[in-house]
Amino acid sequence: MKKKSGMLAAPFGIWMALFTIVPIGIVLWFAFTDANGQFTFDNVREIFAFDPSKGETLWNDSFVSTILYSLWLGFLTTVISLVIAYPLAFSISRATERVQLTMVMLVMLPMWMNFLLRTQAIKSLLSESGLLNQFLGLFGVGSLEILNTDVAIVIGLVYDFLPFMILPLYSVMVKIGKSEIEAAQDLGANVFSVFRRVVLPLSVPGILNGITMVFVPSVSTFVISTLLGGSKRMMIGDVIESMFVGEAPNRGVGSALALVLMVLILICMAVTRLADKSESTEEGGFAL
Amino acid sequence: MKDVITLKDIAVSFDGETILDGLDLSIHDGEFVTLLGPSGCGKTTTLRIIGGFITPDRGDVFFGDQRVNNVPPHKRQVNTIFQRYALFPHLNVYENVAFGMRVQKKKKAEIAETVEKMLALVNLKGFEKRAVSTLSGGQQQRVAIARALANNPKVLLLDEPLAALDLKLRKDMQVELKNIQKSLGITFVYVTHDQEEALSMSDTVVVMDGGRIQQIGTPTDIYNEPQNAFVADFIGESNILDGVMREDYKVEFFGKEFRCVDFGFEKDEPVDVVVRPEDIDIVEPEKGDLIGRVTNITFKGVHYEIIVDVKGFKWMIQTTDFHAVDSVIGIMIDPQEIQVMKKSEYSGLYGDYSSFSEEFDGLADPEAENGAAQ
Repeated sequence: MKKKSGMLAAPFGIWMALFTIVPIGIVLWFAFTDANGQFTFDNVREIFAFDPSKGETLWNDSFVSTILYSLWLGFLTTVISLVIAYPLAFSISRATERVQLTMVMLVMLPMWMNFLLRTQAIKSLLSESGLLNQFLGLFGVGSLEILNTDVAIVIGLVYDFLPFMILPLYSVMVKIGKSEIEAAQDLGANVFSVFRRVVLPLSVPGILNGITMVFVPSVSTFVISTLLGGSKRMMIGDVIESMFVGEAPNRGVGSALALVLMVLILICMAVTRLADKSESTEEGGFAL
Repeated sequence: MKDVITLKDIAVSFDGETILDGLDLSIHDGEFVTLLGPSGCGKTTTLRIIGGFITPDRGDVFFGDQRVNNVPPHKRQVNTIFQRYALFPHLNVYENVAFGMRVQKKKKAEIAETVEKMLALVNLKGFEKRAVSTLSGGQQQRVAIARALANNPKVLLLDEPLAALDLKLRKDMQVELKNIQKSLGITFVYVTHDQEEALSMSDTVVVMDGGRIQQIGTPTDIYNEPQNAFVADFIGESNILDGVMREDYKVEFFGKEFRCVDFGFEKDEPVDVVVRPEDIDIVEPEKGDLIGRVTNITFKGVHYEIIVDVKGFKWMIQTTDFHAVDSVIGIMIDPQEIQVMKKSEYSGLYGDYSSFSEEFDGLADPEAENGAAQ
C-alpha cells in the first residue's frame, strides 16, 4: 500500500528534480567555480568585498548592505501584512458561510490579475499627480513624494503578497470552533484572555505559514522594487538579476548571492519556528 | 430551599422564529434539575441564557437576588459542559483543567492541587500530560467535567453531555455524574432529550415543548401524573383516550364508567385519560371492562408488547404473557392507574397506536430513534 501511494508523488518528484534540485546544483556549481571551471571561494568573498581606500564599508557599500536592506523591507512587509491580515482573517472565519465564500473570493480577486500590471497600477496611484495625492490635496495636505521611496516599495510588496498572509491564517482560524471560544469565556476568560490563550495559540500554524509565504518572496522580489523604488536603491533580487542579464554580468557572483540569500532565509524561518516552539512549551502547553 | 437561579417571563426569538415564549423557572440550591424535551423545544436555549451566551428579548434572569441579564459569560458563577466537550486542542489534560484557574491568576501550587483533586474525582489520574486528541470520547467528557468543576462553580450547566457516548458508557457516566453532584452538593442544570436519563438522574424534571414548560415535577410525578398529552406521550409509552369526567372519581371512556382517583373537574368536562401500557391487566374476555382483539405482538425481552384493537382504538399493553394475534382478550384497569388530564393543544395528537409498527414509530419520532441509536 505504502509503496503504491508513494508512486502518486512521482510526477512531483520528477518535476522537483528537474526544476529545483538540478538548478540548485547549477547555482552551487557557478558559485564555487571561476570562469575556467576551477574551484574557488572568490565569488563568495566578493559579496563581502568593499574598498576602504575609497571610504567604503561592509555595511554601506558591499553586497551585504543590499542583502540586509532586502531583509529589512521583507521584514517590514511581513509585519504590516500580518497586522492587516490577522484581524481580517479572524472576522472572515467568524462570518456566515456565504459571507466567508464571498470574502475569500474578494481576497483572491487581485491575484487573478498579472502582478506586473498591478504594480504599474500602484505606481500611478502613488505618483505625484496620482489619485492618492489628489485625494490628500482635498484636505490641503501637500503632494507627498511616495513614489521612488522605501515606503512605495513596502506598499507595493504588501499589496502584492497580502493574500498569501490572509489565506493561511483564515484556513486555520476557520477550524477554531465557536464552542472552544465559548468554553474559554465560560471559564472566566475575557476578550483578551480568549485571544491570548485560545485564538492566538490555535492560529500559530497559520501565522508561520503566512510569514513564510510573504517573507520569502518579498525578500527576493525584483521587479516591484525597480518599478516603485526607482533607481535609487536596488533590492537583492534586482542585483542578482543584473548579474545574469545586466551590462556587466557575472554569473559566479550572482549564484553566490542567490545561495547566501537562500541560506539567510532558511535561517530566518528556522529562528521563527524555534521562537514559536520555546513559547509554546511555557506553561506546559502544546503537548504533542 | 433557596433559589439560586430564577428565570422570569423569558422570551427569545431568532429570525422571527419564537424559541422561548414566556418561560418561568426557579432552580433551588443543590438540586439536580433536568430540562427535557424534543429537539427545538428551547431547552438548550434556556441553558445558554443561564450561561450568558444568549440575552433574552424579554424577561429577567436572576442569580440569587441579583439581576444578571447583562452580565457576560466570563463574569457568571456558572460553568458549562458543552455537548461536544469543547476541550482546547492545543493544551494537554492538565492545562485544560487548569485553564479557568490560570485565567484567574491563581497560585501555581493551588492550581496543581486543584487539578490533581479534579482528575482524581473523574478517575483520570495519570493522564495529566496526555494530549486531549488521544483520549476516547468518555475520557474527553471527564476532562470537560473536571475543567468545569475546577472553577468551583455554584451551578454546573450540562448540555446533553452524554449524547455522543455509547449506551454502556452513558449508563456508567449517568451514575458517576449523579455521584459527583451529590458529593459536591452543587446545583446541576442538565439538558437532555433522553427521558430515561432524565427520570433516573434528576430531583426535578422540567418537560419542555414549543418554547414553553409543559410540566415541572419529580420524576415520579412526571411519569405517574402527566399534566397533558404531550408529557404523557414524551415520557414513556401511553394510551391516551378521549374521556368525560362525569363527577369526582368517576370518568367515562368507550361508553363505560371507570372509577379513578382524580377530582376537581367540572361535571361532564371532556378530558384526556392516560393509561400506561404496563398498568393494564389482561383477563378473560367476559371478565374485562373492555374487550379487544390482539392485532400485533412483539417480544421485547422483559415483556411482550401487544397492540389491542378496542372499538377501533389501538391500545398498547405490556405483558409477560403471550397472546396470539387475533385472540380476543379482556382489559381491566385499576382506579389508581387511570390518570385524568385537562384537554390541551396536544389532545388527540398522541396516544393511539393504530399506525403502530417499529418502523412507523421511528419515523414519527426521530428523536427517539436517535436516542436508541446512540
